[in-house]
Amino acid sequence: MGAAAPPVDAPLVLIGRAGRRRVVLAVDAAAARAGLRPGLPAAMAQALVPGVAVHPADPAADAEALDRLALWALQRYAPLAAADPPDGLIIDMSGAAHLRGGEGAALADMIGRLAACRIAARAALADSRGAAHALARYGGRPALVVAPGQSAAALLALPVAALRLPEEMVEGLRGLGFAHIGELAASPRAPLVLRFGPDLGRRLDQALGRRDEPIDPVRPPDGIEVRRAFAEPITAAEALARQTGILVADLCARLAAAGLGARRLDLLFHRVDNRIQSIRIGTVRPVRDARRLTRLLCDRLETIDPDFGIEIMSLSVALAEPLGPRQMVSALAAEPEADLSGLIDRLANRIGAARLYRLAPVASDVPERSLRRIAPLAPPTGETWPGHWPRPSRLLARPEPIATVALLPDHPPARFTWRGVSRRVARADGPERIFGEWWRRDAELCAVRDYFRIEDEAGERFWIYRAGDGEDAATGSQRWFLHGIFG
Amino acid sequence: MRPSPVLSSLRARVRQIESAGRRTAAVLPFGLDAIDSRLPGGGLVLGALHEVAGGGDGVLDGAAAALFAAGIAARTRGQILWCVTRPDLFAPALAQAGLAPDRVIYVEAGDEPSLLACFEEGLRHGGLGGVVAEVARLPMTASRRLQLAAEGSGTLGLAIRRWRRMDAAAEFGQPGAAMTRWRVGALPAAPLPVPGVGRARWRLELLRCRAGESADFEVEACDAQGCLAVPAALADGPAAAADGRRRAAG
Repeated sequence: MGAAAPPVDAPLVLIGRAGRRRVVLAVDAAAARAGLRPGLPAAMAQALVPGVAVHPADPAADAEALDRLALWALQRYAPLAAADPPDGLIIDMSGAAHLRGGEGAALADMIGRLAACRIAARAALADSRGAAHALARYGGRPALVVAPGQSAAALLALPVAALRLPEEMVEGLRGLGFAHIGELAASPRAPLVLRFGPDLGRRLDQALGRRDEPIDPVRPPDGIEVRRAFAEPITAAEALARQTGILVADLCARLAAAGLGARRLDLLFHRVDNRIQSIRIGTVRPVRDARRLTRLLCDRLETIDPDFGIEIMSLSVALAEPLGPRQMVSALAAEPEADLSGLIDRLANRIGAARLYRLAPVASDVPERSLRRIAPLAPPTGETWPGHWPRPSRLLARPEPIATVALLPDHPPARFTWRGVSRRVARADGPERIFGEWWRRDAELCAVRDYFRIEDEAGERFWIYRAGDGEDAATGSQRWFLHGIFG
Repeated sequence: MRPSPVLSSLRARVRQIESAGRRTAAVLPFGLDAIDSRLPGGGLVLGALHEVAGGGDGVLDGAAAALFAAGIAARTRGQILWCVTRPDLFAPALAQAGLAPDRVIYVEAGDEPSLLACFEEGLRHGGLGGVVAEVARLPMTASRRLQLAAEGSGTLGLAIRRWRRMDAAAEFGQPGAAMTRWRVGALPAAPLPVPGVGRARWRLELLRCRAGESADFEVEACDAQGCLAVPAALADGPAAAADGRRRAAG
């Protein structure tokens, strides 16, 4: 909008025509706080809030933007995504959440990224499309993951309006005393259908997962896609694997012609009963090696249930990157560096990319903050930790309190009891004083930990610390903790 | 007693049969004669599975076993894949045993079966310097698969056995397909002339060794290059070691 853009904090409403009247169609948060709501006549809105910015609604542009958002979701999250007008996206996460570190993490990531684009979003993950639609809008939480099989129960307490019914039908139901979906689901179906028509029953069944509701997924406009339709539906796992191989070979030929490599591939299975099942694989580097891609896809074939048979298989590239010829060895004498990207891809598609990492040093003296995770194939950092003091090979996630007999202020304990076993300290090294990082939190302003490396009579070595310097109560609680175990 | 020629020719044939499908018979020596002389080939066979467990409390925490494995891994070439189910390993300690952080890729598997699958996948790949995995149960079938995968690619496999309960560790006596089986227990550190803790010492037990005999050693823990050392008192001969040293229990 450029210079004509309204100030960010001014209330904004979009107006359009409903019949012959000009009414408010949408309001932003500031306008809602000022008391405006959709359905109000435009003139009244302008009268109620003098400074309100008024713009004409453009449903076509909205729909287009929603489609673009669906495409984004397709590339980032799952092979089956579609716009759910007027204000939603529907994404089938089955078979793809593992790439984002699980369902909860995927939803949180999605909301975070949308928020970064200044789009306020709520998400819910449930068993059926209808349930997810209702829970996202009425579930009361920004990101809600419902355990498998629990969706129907979660729906019952939601208002009737969550069922995607026309406004007048919701009013009618409310007039009859139906406030929640649970009441509706428990009452006999026939009289309701007689009064409100078959739509009510259909929406209820869709929400409760008794009736299918296929997604018509968006496809990237210029994406590379290959498909095979079968005269006879196929069900056998070997047949699926063979067809996957053929599809991948076709796709790789087209990728090679375009000079591209695949980063994310979607294999869709169109079943006889009009359902679509999907597999998504990701790679750390662009790949167009047919054998490798086939192997990655076939690893996940077991998640597909062909049921009565699969009619069409289509393989498309959700994300591609340029892949040109690359020089492998720079010097004749140099030994070629082993290429681990194939292994990393296979492991990442098995257990999730977030569970595969390298650790790199962080310049912090506080042990639990001294490392960060980096991608497994990130370029070598060449850094390491300072090695002045020995560090334990096991670090407890949470330091465990120990009972000690110790002289203050700067002696190690003479005895200590950890996990019910009392040990006499034979030798000790320390203290190594570590100061709190005052620039992070106020609580660490003068916090101190005194670390000791101690050895008991049997030779077991431990890393213990005292919270505080042994004199000043402001530096810590003066209690002792066991933090690590040396080998 | 000299071994009879019949026996030695039989041994040679067995070795020939065993190494038929193997690409390499390379070994990774410890650099200590006392240990290398007890291992067939003069070191740890590279394309093979080796098991390590801790002694005493090490059964649960596997701290010494992890350092021992890190020291071995540090002396190989190439990247190391380290598979865990419990992420309590402290990487700076591995760096102090010679295993630079750039060389280790961690795999955090959710459960034991997927951990074993990742372990096998890593061994099959062949481009890694070694694969270390912290496993509790390692039944015969699983260890056989891992051993075959390691033989096929020539990658060193190290299984750190780590249990959640003390009594589960009795499983360590069960037969397995691993080439060697070690137990690392903590001993009191090298004595210093001043108060303090010296270089850590371990009781290293070679419990099982294919085509070899079991043995136990007293060693000083890994240095910054991942090399073990023989305690100075012992290097002069057993007579010098008898005095001034307490024996450890466990």
